[in-house]
Amino acid sequence: MKLNGAQILVDCLKSEGVKHIFGYPGGAVLHIYDALDVCTVIDHILVRHEQGAVHAADGYARTSGKCGVALVTSGPGLTNAVTGIATAFTDSIPMVVVSGQVPSPVIGSDAFQEVDAVGITRSCVKHNFLVKNADDIAEIVKKAFYIATTGRPGPVLIDITKDATIAEIEYEGYPQTIKMRSYQPEVQVDAEQIKKAIAIIEKAKKPIIYSGGGSVIGNASKALTTLTHNTGFPITQTLMGLGAFPATDKQSLGMLGMHGTYESNMAMHDSDCIIAVGARFDDRITGNLEKFCPYAKIIHIDIDPSTIGKVVGVDVSIIGQVNDVLQALIQSLDTKKLENIDLWWKQIDDWRSVDSMAYRTKQGVIKPQTVIEALYEVTKGEAIVTSDVGQHQMWAAQYYPFDKPRRWINSGGLGTMGFGLPAAMGAKLADPDRDVACVTGDGSIQMMLQELSTMLQYHTPVKIININNGYLGMVRQWQEFFYDKRYSMSYMDALPDFVKLAESYGHIGIKVEKESDIKPALIEAFKQKDRTVFIDISTDPTENVFPMIPSGAGHHEMLLAGRDEMASTNDSGLNLV
Amino acid sequence: MLENESGALSRVSGLFSARGFNIESLTVAATNDPTLSRMTIVSVGDDNIIEQIVKQLEKLIDVVKVVDLTATEHVERELLLVKIDVNPKTQADIDRQIDQFSGKIVDVSEDTYLVEVAGQSKKINEFLDSLDESRVLEVSRTGVTGVCQRREG
Repeated sequence: MKLNGAQILVDCLKSEGVKHIFGYPGGAVLHIYDALDVCTVIDHILVRHEQGAVHAADGYARTSGKCGVALVTSGPGLTNAVTGIATAFTDSIPMVVVSGQVPSPVIGSDAFQEVDAVGITRSCVKHNFLVKNADDIAEIVKKAFYIATTGRPGPVLIDITKDATIAEIEYEGYPQTIKMRSYQPEVQVDAEQIKKAIAIIEKAKKPIIYSGGGSVIGNASKALTTLTHNTGFPITQTLMGLGAFPATDKQSLGMLGMHGTYESNMAMHDSDCIIAVGARFDDRITGNLEKFCPYAKIIHIDIDPSTIGKVVGVDVSIIGQVNDVLQALIQSLDTKKLENIDLWWKQIDDWRSVDSMAYRTKQGVIKPQTVIEALYEVTKGEAIVTSDVGQHQMWAAQYYPFDKPRRWINSGGLGTMGFGLPAAMGAKLADPDRDVACVTGDGSIQMMLQELSTMLQYHTPVKIININNGYLGMVRQWQEFFYDKRYSMSYMDALPDFVKLAESYGHIGIKVEKESDIKPALIEAFKQKDRTVFIDISTDPTENVFPMIPSGAGHHEMLLAGRDEMASTNDSGLNLV
Repeated sequence: MLENESGALSRVSGLFSARGFNIESLTVAATNDPTLSRMTIVSVGDDNIIEQIVKQLEKLIDVVKVVDLTATEHVERELLLVKIDVNPKTQADIDRQIDQFSGKIVDVSEDTYLVEVAGQSKKINEFLDSLDESRVLEVSRTGVTGVCQRREG
């Protein structure tokens, strides 16, 4: 069958089972858009900014577990997409981004809308391809999806020259299978390592499971829950891992790290056996490495060998799909041989009784924590919650206990402001029957506001909860603590009227200024099943995120709200960021 | 060993700069299998850093195989081309040094030699040290290339 490159590309995407593409047209991809126009099985979502396209594809992938797909034009189309690509890369999200490129004969001539796309994206993709021949398209698309979705997932960029999309060739169909000698993601779990791990687990008197994003991405929630229940061990989860194990289960200690619970961090510090599951010992988790888990033997389970020993030395490493490894552990573990850990639980309960998530309410002021608690109540804990980046992100993670994986969608690794709104749109498309809330702040929301327009066009009703404190809150918090209250550029004078703004985009806007109005506003918003509702909530501008491990400190040196009004750090702490 | 494709080299060099590993030298050329290139990189670091370098390289999609040559029986060689100022007074000395290091004069002009020396980097350093610095006009070194001695490398 004779087809042009663009038609071949669209057929390949169809064959991959792609249902949604998020994109923005331009000169270099006009042939592709022409081919998409006659394709009835793929819905294209026309975003308002390419960064929004990639974040939306990302939110779609995180929610559904499928590969997200974005399509952008050359030059500025690609550079606008880079922030989204880097966001997906840092959080290991499967994604294929197709970018147009100038015709191959003019590559390198500084042609109109030309950038070196593979060069610019090299360090923030799992892999990328430059396609100059229509003959190569099918195989490269197959490879791209294979690479993006297997092993440790990640974004793959396919940069296609315009002439490759125009050229007509004989198309033999989409390849069924692909083999690459330089990429073999299948890993057999090493039984020896399982044995070694079990020997440590059996001796543990103060064990803890530390689970990360890998448990969510690797669809290991069930196995993780079984292992945790079988062993009776306490479990703490990272910002990226929330939901893999139910937060409301009594064995859950909540989140760990910089803004984790007291009991999580104290248990990590005192533990004699840490089972790290699909987690990478990020600096927001470890705090000061010299003070990190001084007494623990560490078992590290990960699909990516390079995460082993990258930050923290480990005693036993088990490489493999998290789910496979957990299954192997469940199979091999004789729970009768485990030590009695009643004393450990007693200690943990003492730490729990500190109630590190307590916060003080103040008459006449809305506390942001109250908003998240109300959101949890109104949605019965069943919503998908996306967030932007900053204080509101931490409060959402702390006060909305997630009981299921793929319900908490946030930019954990890169910390990309502007992620939340387009991600919510992607999430809604992936799971249309579920309520989607975007918890955001007055700073973050303004980075991707334009997607409100896309959300109207494609009827993706989400509820936007704007924690509006008039500040870049996390910056303000650090300036209060560590920069002698010099609030340099953290105050946002001249905020828009978000209610009118939402209305002008065709959505519903609600302003909340009284605590008693929070719940009625949320109830009303979620009643509006087919409308996007923007709830702008004025919250305490001086509220800080507690508890907190200031940088440079160890897990046992947490600051608690009420007990420690003020954090401080030293120069070496500040150097750690 | 890596896929002999455009961009493969910059993936490797980009990885070193992005992750803050240093490169002392890097050589690359196609092998007897034209679809494969062999790259020899010399880097310095403690065991942890070398382990990370190997693992990060293995993660690159274009990389087929990574071997830490220093952990195996191996042969490494480097080629030096050096242009030396020669005059009748110094010529005999220089000839003797070239001979001593099994060097080869590959080009001669009225007052210069172009000399080739191959061997381990140490030998090349020693040869350069043995020359009168003021007479060395230009130095070009290839960097180290190496292979493992075992049949299966």
